[in-house]
Amino acid sequence: MIEVENVRFRYPGGVEALKGVTLSIRNGEFVAIMGQNGAGKTTLVKHFNGLLKPSSGTVRVDGVETTKASVASLSRSVGFVFQNPDHQLFSETVEEEIAFALKNFGFEPETIQKQITWALNLLSLTQYQKTSPFMLSGGERKRVALASVLAWDPQILILDEPTIGQDHEQKEKLRQFIVQLQTQGKTIVIVTHDVEFVAECNPRVVLMKEGTIVADGEGKEILTNTEAIAQSSIVLPQIAQIFSQLGSLGLSKNVIDLYEAKEILLREWERQGK
Amino acid sequence: MAAIETRNLTYTYPGGTKPSISDVSIKVEKGDFVLITGPSGCGKTTLCRCFNGLVPHFYQGELKGEITVAGMDVTKHQTHELAKHVGLVFQNPENQLFALSIEKDVAFGLENLGFSREEMRERVDWALNLTGIYDLRERSPHEISGGQQQRVAIAAVLAMQPEIIVLDEPTSFLDPLSAERIFEVIHELNKNLGITVVLVEHRLDLTAKYANHIIIMDEGKVRSDGETREILNSEQTRLIGVGIPKVTLLYELLKKEGMNLGDVAPLSSDEMTKLLQEALRIR
Repeated sequence: MIEVENVRFRYPGGVEALKGVTLSIRNGEFVAIMGQNGAGKTTLVKHFNGLLKPSSGTVRVDGVETTKASVASLSRSVGFVFQNPDHQLFSETVEEEIAFALKNFGFEPETIQKQITWALNLLSLTQYQKTSPFMLSGGERKRVALASVLAWDPQILILDEPTIGQDHEQKEKLRQFIVQLQTQGKTIVIVTHDVEFVAECNPRVVLMKEGTIVADGEGKEILTNTEAIAQSSIVLPQIAQIFSQLGSLGLSKNVIDLYEAKEILLREWERQGK
Repeated sequence: MAAIETRNLTYTYPGGTKPSISDVSIKVEKGDFVLITGPSGCGKTTLCRCFNGLVPHFYQGELKGEITVAGMDVTKHQTHELAKHVGLVFQNPENQLFALSIEKDVAFGLENLGFSREEMRERVDWALNLTGIYDLRERSPHEISGGQQQRVAIAAVLAMQPEIIVLDEPTSFLDPLSAERIFEVIHELNKNLGITVVLVEHRLDLTAKYANHIIIMDEGKVRSDGETREILNSEQTRLIGVGIPKVTLLYELLKKEGMNLGDVAPLSSDEMTKLLQEALRIR
């Protein structure tokens, strides 16, 4: 459980990036934090594993205040995958990259090997086991970064822009994978601009703007809220755009799912006797 | 004359065991807006590196086949000669930025080409304004966000006003509205100045509507190549696993159920709304 209470944060000598944020994320929840560049999304989630400590206010992870814990101890339960994999990767092979944190956490060699095999397989990276991460494409490096965090099986997983550079198939895998983690009771927080991805996952959505939270609720409800969306420099998902433009038909408003859209439009078509 | 033409282009990185692109034969006409897409690792970025000579001049390795860009044989012209005609925006902007201020980064290419001070000033301001970073011009490119860095990289290329712009996922770090704004700018340059655009993107929902031509790659090979609507609507494309825009999928689902939506598949939600308004009675 993550509890953020009235958190303000100012970068040394710089901007106030968070201006009083209060938010609580329950165990097992799937939350997407959205908003324009510079809204404070990444700054906020960096508070969840103690990478940043609030200038005022408190952040508690499973009841422990982050100012009273080290990043290393928080990391065991909060895994953080950065936006830019190059900020995270440094090992000579993909395998060593994944092994690094596992060794640091003091796992047994057999467990480490097992976890590496599991993570490589999960993210379709097995063929690159002995390859340097820097020989891989941008999308593949991103998966290595994700694999290295998943390997130690944290309870809370924070993914900063996980869909950047991922193709359709990888995004679909990521989505299924998140669903699978959810069934295991994991808490998942993603920071993303990818409205179509969020529309497919339909998580709880937290919209940020200029260091504050401007909307918080079910994905379906927030992603069809034309006003809130425009305020946050995001765009409506395509399906929501169509339903917003078809307003005068009096159809249901909160539609973001392709198949639901199909059903509603077919029903209307049949109702009109065509 | 085509802006870019390749014949049986095959390239293997040094130490690579198999080619990253193989037997690629494509033709990009002057003034085209081409979208190159395909699963990650399919060779899109490598192909783009051929367009300004980074492959083979910088990366070395083994290049076979023919490639002509802006009338020049890439294997016989160095990257700096090609750079006058082809601007490349990379996936990761940090690899491209190096100067002390954003303004200097944007001016760098122009300085090298020997523009006058006034013209340089004019072009740099124009590019900074178009990309919405004029107010940041005195900041260091390393203290701004990933999205802002992407805009700097795009501005630096726009300032050169090359005949061909090649962009490799240029807006991946930007929020959707900023991304849309950049795509609109690129689209305008394409329409009004006739600049040939080659755009590498996974997100077809944001970009398909701008492109008249699409090339789909998989495992180093070209799998589909042709008019955007036609290709996105084909069964074969579906099988490659490309992210078809939601509106195009909705169109197909409804058509299959017998709804009369015409024969032209939509590429944007505006187009789809129009089709639905015609099919359904709008009070």
